[in-house]
Amino acid sequence: MLFPAGAAAYLCAMTTLPPPLTDWIAAQGWHLHPHQEAMLSAAGRPATLLIAPTGGGKTLAGFLPSLAELGMAPPAGLHTLYISPLKALTADIRRNLRRPIEGAGMAIRVEDRTGDTTYTQRRKQRADPPHIWLTTPESLALLLSYEDAPRIFGSLRRVIVDEIHALAESKRGDQLMLGLARLGQLAPGLRKVGLSATVEDPPALGRFFAPQGCALLEADPGPDPDISMLETQAPPPWAGGGGHYALPAILKEVARHRTTLIFHNTRAQAELFFHALWLQNTENLPIGIHHGSLSREQREKVEAAMVAGSLRAIVCTGSLDLGIDWGDVDLVIQVGAPKNVKRLVQRIGRANHHYNAPSKALLVPANRWEVIECTAALQAVQARTLDGEPRGPGPLDVLCQHILATAAAGPFDADQLYTEVRQAGPYADLDRASFDACLDFTATGGYALRAYDRWKRLMLRDGLWQLRDPRSAAVIRQNLGTIIDIETLKVRLKSRLGGTPLGEVEESFAATLTPGDTFLIGGQIVRYEGLRDMTVEVTRTPGRDPKVAVFNGTKFATSTLLAQRTLEIMNREDWPDLPRATAHWLGLQRQVSRLPEPGRLLIESFPQDGREHLVLYGFAGRNAQQTLGLLLTKRMEDQGLAPLGFVATDHATMIWGLEQTPDPAALLDPQTLQDGLENWLAGNAVMKRTFRFAAIIAGLIERAHQGRRKSGRQATFSSDILYDTLRRFDPDHLMLQITRDEAMRGMVDFGRIAEMLAQIGPRIDVQRLARLSPLSAPLFLERGRVPVEGVARERLMETEAARLMAEAGLE
Amino acid sequence: MTPPAGSLSFEFQGEALCALPSGALFWPGSGMLCASDLHLGKSNRMARRGGALLPPYETQSTLARLDADLTATAAKTVICLGDSFDDQSAEAELPEPERLWLLRLMAGRDWIWIAGNHDPAPLTLGGSHVMARTLGRITFRHIADPKTPQETGPEGSPMGEVSGHFHPKARLSGRARPCFLLDAQRLILPAFGTYTGGLWADDPALRPLFGANARAILTGARCLAIPMPKGPSG
Repeated sequence: MLFPAGAAAYLCAMTTLPPPLTDWIAAQGWHLHPHQEAMLSAAGRPATLLIAPTGGGKTLAGFLPSLAELGMAPPAGLHTLYISPLKALTADIRRNLRRPIEGAGMAIRVEDRTGDTTYTQRRKQRADPPHIWLTTPESLALLLSYEDAPRIFGSLRRVIVDEIHALAESKRGDQLMLGLARLGQLAPGLRKVGLSATVEDPPALGRFFAPQGCALLEADPGPDPDISMLETQAPPPWAGGGGHYALPAILKEVARHRTTLIFHNTRAQAELFFHALWLQNTENLPIGIHHGSLSREQREKVEAAMVAGSLRAIVCTGSLDLGIDWGDVDLVIQVGAPKNVKRLVQRIGRANHHYNAPSKALLVPANRWEVIECTAALQAVQARTLDGEPRGPGPLDVLCQHILATAAAGPFDADQLYTEVRQAGPYADLDRASFDACLDFTATGGYALRAYDRWKRLMLRDGLWQLRDPRSAAVIRQNLGTIIDIETLKVRLKSRLGGTPLGEVEESFAATLTPGDTFLIGGQIVRYEGLRDMTVEVTRTPGRDPKVAVFNGTKFATSTLLAQRTLEIMNREDWPDLPRATAHWLGLQRQVSRLPEPGRLLIESFPQDGREHLVLYGFAGRNAQQTLGLLLTKRMEDQGLAPLGFVATDHATMIWGLEQTPDPAALLDPQTLQDGLENWLAGNAVMKRTFRFAAIIAGLIERAHQGRRKSGRQATFSSDILYDTLRRFDPDHLMLQITRDEAMRGMVDFGRIAEMLAQIGPRIDVQRLARLSPLSAPLFLERGRVPVEGVARERLMETEAARLMAEAGLE
Repeated sequence: MTPPAGSLSFEFQGEALCALPSGALFWPGSGMLCASDLHLGKSNRMARRGGALLPPYETQSTLARLDADLTATAAKTVICLGDSFDDQSAEAELPEPERLWLLRLMAGRDWIWIAGNHDPAPLTLGGSHVMARTLGRITFRHIADPKTPQETGPEGSPMGEVSGHFHPKARLSGRARPCFLLDAQRLILPAFGTYTGGLWADDPALRPLFGANARAILTGARCLAIPMPKGPSG
């Protein structure tokens, strides 16, 4: 966090720090970066956003004004609140802050508070908060919902939001901004500091953080990173993730560097890779693993080993994406395509904390498709182009939760709360009607045909809104937060002793399996045997094509920018700069089918695994491709083509069903494409999923708590029932409006699809193939498949029912 | 009267019975319709307890489906197999339009309310209020009695039992649907109410109640019969 001294001239800026701290820093032979000094002199400003590359010491920059203000022996009471998106980060910051504080003999209490903090500790902290409190957005929301929040936060002077670029990408950020607005009321004169990695639009992030005006400080981005693709002896496979083919080359790199971070896009991939790495690790290099599903003890052990410098490499996922200080990392390896350039740049920042030396990174594409994507990503990094979607206004489900949490803390005045909410960047333009609709929803349910008169949740008494039943505050607190876990089930090899875990699959995927189905997990083909104790039991089936080729694909969508670059690379005459195997693969695609071209639309049609497939290579970005999938499956259902589902990526949409589409180009007629669209969209699985998440956040559905799935109990009924009931009886209800708005963020409007089709015009190339093409193979591994509920599903069910009855000898 | 489209007829205790897509059971021979676990007033009960304010339309939705089945079958006798109301207060707080709707459905019909664990006391509504009712060789009660296969009728062969309570559901081709479960002696109905969840048919609570050749009849657009799911070890 601090850096070896060069110019002693910088020391004069430290006059506001207490002399013992200045002395301690000087004794270490360290000096401050220009942006760290700038933060110190900007200490009095109400809001500052510091943008610095990872490894630029920006966290210390955020804390310097607090250390200066607190001085050697501050009075008791909370002074600075530090909020980070990760639990692991708070522990790390606490360790790093204690060094200078203890070194300078300052009497400052630094403590963290996360979901991992013990009950006793939490109670103690509420009664007597530390000077510097390190927490997460969820823990802050919880603290703000307590009756004694005004007392806890009354003395607060400063708040620091770390990794705000990451928080701004999700509803956690919206919730946090509402929390900061609340803090601003409880502690007038509060000053805010936001810390961000490099982003594409700093002023927009500033408005998100502090719409009343935010000073922007941009640190020197440092030298260009040293980044390249890892050369391997074995070529990458056609499809599949994991990057196991590159293990020998990766081990060689680990041996050549001091400390290496090996990033994966999913936890399951990280697990499998780690396992495979150990089998080949003949030199016994100390290598650890770190990801979000590991237990707290395991994570802490790895973190401690890393800090002590006793690990040579660590296999990890996004849980390490965010500025944890790992000391001597000198190489970052990214396995699998980085999916968007911003993420790649932020990950590269993990390597080399010597601020002015270039970071070193190697890309390991998992398959040949990703070789092209990685090539495109490298070009984008060199051109210093970042990508990102502009964010929309703050979602209303988060506001509903905030109103409930506010009521849990105590009675509130609606006008005051409305004014306060508008202090939060995402809600700066919120109109009064929308606010009132949210308030009405939380109070009465907001139903058009029947109001809960007797059993309102919030009541207006003496001009103030409050809980009708004070005991419901506990329920509200239990349901706080905007992270909705996707239910997953563990997959194990079947054995009497509880077999080897292979990974996790989403519960919705497990639900589609019948015994005998084969599927791919972590690069191996397994046979589904059954479900036992909420674990999917499988056996190995070597050398067979998987019946259901799903799961364990990539988690993040590629950006539109990368998709365009990828298309451009594919369209070259030949590919001398690509690895030979990949060039050969593209050549093969050209030979058996054809390559997608700009201004044209390639459609492939082929049977595979007993289903007819249709692949449209639009390169229009995931949202547009997903919308296209919804539109086309509707047309196909109308025409009796029995579609079963589709999956969309940034470059293609793949649809599968029971019947071959005789004339795929005719499906794309913009005139007929829109007929009956609204109803179709409303009944779609995408909408139902969106509704579920929004309904949990808004407090319409309680979260499923652990341990509820007990035998002998009827589970709570599905959120789909609520969705269908609302659609039928109350189609203009707030929750349905929120769902529509939200789903539309993940899709594009019909106008843009029509525009794309108009540009393509008749230039549609349909290729009928005998089996899947080289280019379509990776699509079989994509996640996020959307089922289509139509005739095909009924037909499949009837056939399956008849088969089962015959098998059992019944009828 | 022909049963509604999508129904599935089957024989039970020598009688021709009919599983309706809605989850109700129709007995054409005696003009009787049976529905279980209506859970009327569920949203109201949740709200009263200070929980979420669910869309208060499930009573309307449930009555509309019951109304449609009564019209389609012209049933003269109705048996509600218990848990008709989500609790006793739910009956008292039934909104007036829905009370009138229910009374209209009951008018001119022999209506039998069987007590459930959610509504154990007699209701204030009309009709008969009983713990169980036997028609011919079939006894209707809320919760299956594990001893019933040993009960015998006048000729010495085991009597049949129709019950609800468990809200069984089963999967087919990756889709979950509420279902009937049956073997030669026992028949369990799915929950009819709109706001009801389900219990998997292979749950340990259900498996011991049925013999080897038990079947499940899945509800949906068309009722479909499959062997009763036995779970991984079965």
